Amino acid sequence: MADMTATSSGAAPQGLQTADGRPLKAALAASQARAKRRAFYLVAPLLAFILLTFVLPIGQLLTRSVSDPRFIENVDRSTGEVTPIMTGLRAWFKANAPGTEPDEAAYAALAQDLVLLAELRGQGDVGTRINYEAPGTRSLFTKTARKADDLEAPFKEAILDVDKDWADPVLWQAMRDASSRYTLNFYLAALDMTRDTDGNIVNVPEDRQVYLLLFKRTAILSVLITFTTLVLGFPVAYLLANLPLRYSNLLMILVLLPFWTSLLVRTTSWMVLLQSQGVINDLLVWAGIIGDDGRIQMIYNQMGTVIAMTHILLPFTVLPLYSVMRPIKPSYVRAARSLGATSWTAFRRVYLPQTVPGIGAGALLVFILAVGYYITPALVGGSSGQLISNLIAFHMQNSLNWSLAAALASLLLAGVLVLYWLYDRLVGIDNLKLG
Amino acid sequence: MDVTAPMVEFDRVQKSYDGETLVVKDLNLAMPKGEFLTMLGPSGSGKTTCLMMLAGFETATNGEIRLAGREINHIPPHKRGIGMVFQNYALFPHMTVAENLSFPLEVRGLDRGTRETKIKRALDMVQMGKFASRRPAQLSGGQQQRIALARALVFEPDLVLMDEPLGALDKQLREHMQFEIKHLHESLGITVVYVTHDQSEALTMSDRVAVFNDGKIQQLAPPEDLYERPDNSFVAQFIGENNKLSGKIEGLDGEQALVRLHSGELIGATAVNTGGIGSETLVSIRPERVEFRFDRIQEGWHTLDAEVLEFIYMGDLFRTRLRVAGHDDFVMKCRNIQGQERLAPGQRVKIGWHPADARALDPV
Repeated sequence: MADMTATSSGAAPQGLQTADGRPLKAALAASQARAKRRAFYLVAPLLAFILLTFVLPIGQLLTRSVSDPRFIENVDRSTGEVTPIMTGLRAWFKANAPGTEPDEAAYAALAQDLVLLAELRGQGDVGTRINYEAPGTRSLFTKTARKADDLEAPFKEAILDVDKDWADPVLWQAMRDASSRYTLNFYLAALDMTRDTDGNIVNVPEDRQVYLLLFKRTAILSVLITFTTLVLGFPVAYLLANLPLRYSNLLMILVLLPFWTSLLVRTTSWMVLLQSQGVINDLLVWAGIIGDDGRIQMIYNQMGTVIAMTHILLPFTVLPLYSVMRPIKPSYVRAARSLGATSWTAFRRVYLPQTVPGIGAGALLVFILAVGYYITPALVGGSSGQLISNLIAFHMQNSLNWSLAAALASLLLAGVLVLYWLYDRLVGIDNLKLG
Repeated sequence: MDVTAPMVEFDRVQKSYDGETLVVKDLNLAMPKGEFLTMLGPSGSGKTTCLMMLAGFETATNGEIRLAGREINHIPPHKRGIGMVFQNYALFPHMTVAENLSFPLEVRGLDRGTRETKIKRALDMVQMGKFASRRPAQLSGGQQQRIALARALVFEPDLVLMDEPLGALDKQLREHMQFEIKHLHESLGITVVYVTHDQSEALTMSDRVAVFNDGKIQQLAPPEDLYERPDNSFVAQFIGENNKLSGKIEGLDGEQALVRLHSGELIGATAVNTGGIGSETLVSIRPERVEFRFDRIQEGWHTLDAEVLEFIYMGDLFRTRLRVAGHDDFVMKCRNIQGQERLAPGQRVKIGWHPADARALDPV
């Protein structure tokens, strides 16, 4: 041991030591330990807050998106006791390959499982769970579970007597899928896909495809909103950055005013302005530009969503742009002009490139906010202006298919992360300037 | 192009920003081709405004500015073909050094081969050939300065404007760059208008210096004249260190004036910018022209009694502050030569100077 220390200190030229012989690195760490600890205590509350309110829920969301165990276990609402259910049927699924015609043994297992289910009053939950994947089957479970005690062999006939829909291969495929704890079916559903009775992944019929269309619409509208905020925000930010202070302060207040006004107030005032009996249409009719019967539908459609969201998200473009433009000295453009560039060339080749970090930050911020925006499209979007977030809310609140909502939300999150990664690759994330 | 016409001409130029006050009052100036002219003055004296009008970033409120005989009041900056070096350089941060230099050539539509030759030549001229692919942020202040210079020269303009180009450099580098700019000016034969508030810079570099104050040119003269023969008290004060003694004119004989100082002494001076007998005047004497050693004060010199207040050792110089004729800010500078006497505070001496070194100027 002593030998080792001797060699290591002797033959290590990179291991510098302090005057009293301690390794320099250790001394440095020791001298900074206190400051580091204090810094950690300062950020600890925020760290805890983020873990609790951000990381944990997102983790739960991701788990939820691949797992809905209501076919596997029953949770007693009052005691919280977890009981495994559908054990017989699940064993049969395990023993038989997908696509196997359900035989007497399968129906016997089902009958047995339904008895337990009726005891636990869990048929509703199980029915709901299966209903997600095989629509219209919830009542089968409630109806049959009620009569489970009276079922006698041969079980296949007895159960089909209660309802012949039990023979539906789609239902059996759904129950087979639901019997594994983890499933990608919610992601398939979120991408308008499903499994056929043989377990192959296929697209759902065209008339039932909704999510892809909504993802696409969300992306297109978000790009459009991002673009309009940039086009409208760029000159405003330029003015803010270049006007004398007393004017720019006033302008800044005007830009920030929407921030200080309730989101609902802003959205509803757009309703007042844009509806067919609203201010703008009235003005147009009064001015004779359109006839009374030709009032323009500007709200409760995509146009309403775009107008209202552009207005609401505008400050998020203006502020990063402003912070980037503020330190750009007028001498750059002057230099370009003196070197022979027209004012347009000077703007395009000298001014604009220097604002790219602000454009990137503003666009990224607005786009990310827009893809997840909920209230405004819900209020002014009508049916054609709904975004994917409205559908997520629908599955959270109405259909209670949280797993599908989680899958949709995860896809949205993944999309945003991909975008972020792309931005990093193309522009560099350290070029991002938010304020 | 009219070859006989001055390169730059300001003709009765006035400039106002708010319509109430004139920033530039009646500026008249003609510069021959190849001259190095410096506009010197305190901040707010109108010198930068003049430069900006010449570059085309400000418009003259009144009067004409002519470039090689052609009126340019209404020609936009990019068509004037004037090279400009800005304060803080204004190198485009998102472009490399080569791209910065390429910019003026690209907007002029030169082909790639010509551009590369010119860029290389310009970079070699400022000894920055190895830095073509660097970004401005990776260069030191002095290197950025050279690139800015190369960029202003790369498209071979006849006229180059420089707006306090050395202001951000430390003293040693600044002095070095002064000589470099001067040499470039000489070897390229370009005309340079240089703006600065540093009088030593102006004296070192220029063929002529225009001293600005209060929107007017106070004096336009070669450095030597400016220093040794200032026209008025402002120039005397602004250029170099200066002693001033206030008094009244008591006698006038051609260039010779007799001045009765307020403390009672009578001294002779060269009348430069004074009123008639009885008018107030300031007599200006350069500190290094003051002598205190008895053996050096010659016949015909003016002498005054003085009391030493402070002695400062400055290395190459001794700076002695004296009380003379009631003024206690009278400074005398002596070279630190072998055997130079060091005066002690409290000591009384007799000081003197050649009558030509005392100039009676306007009272401020």
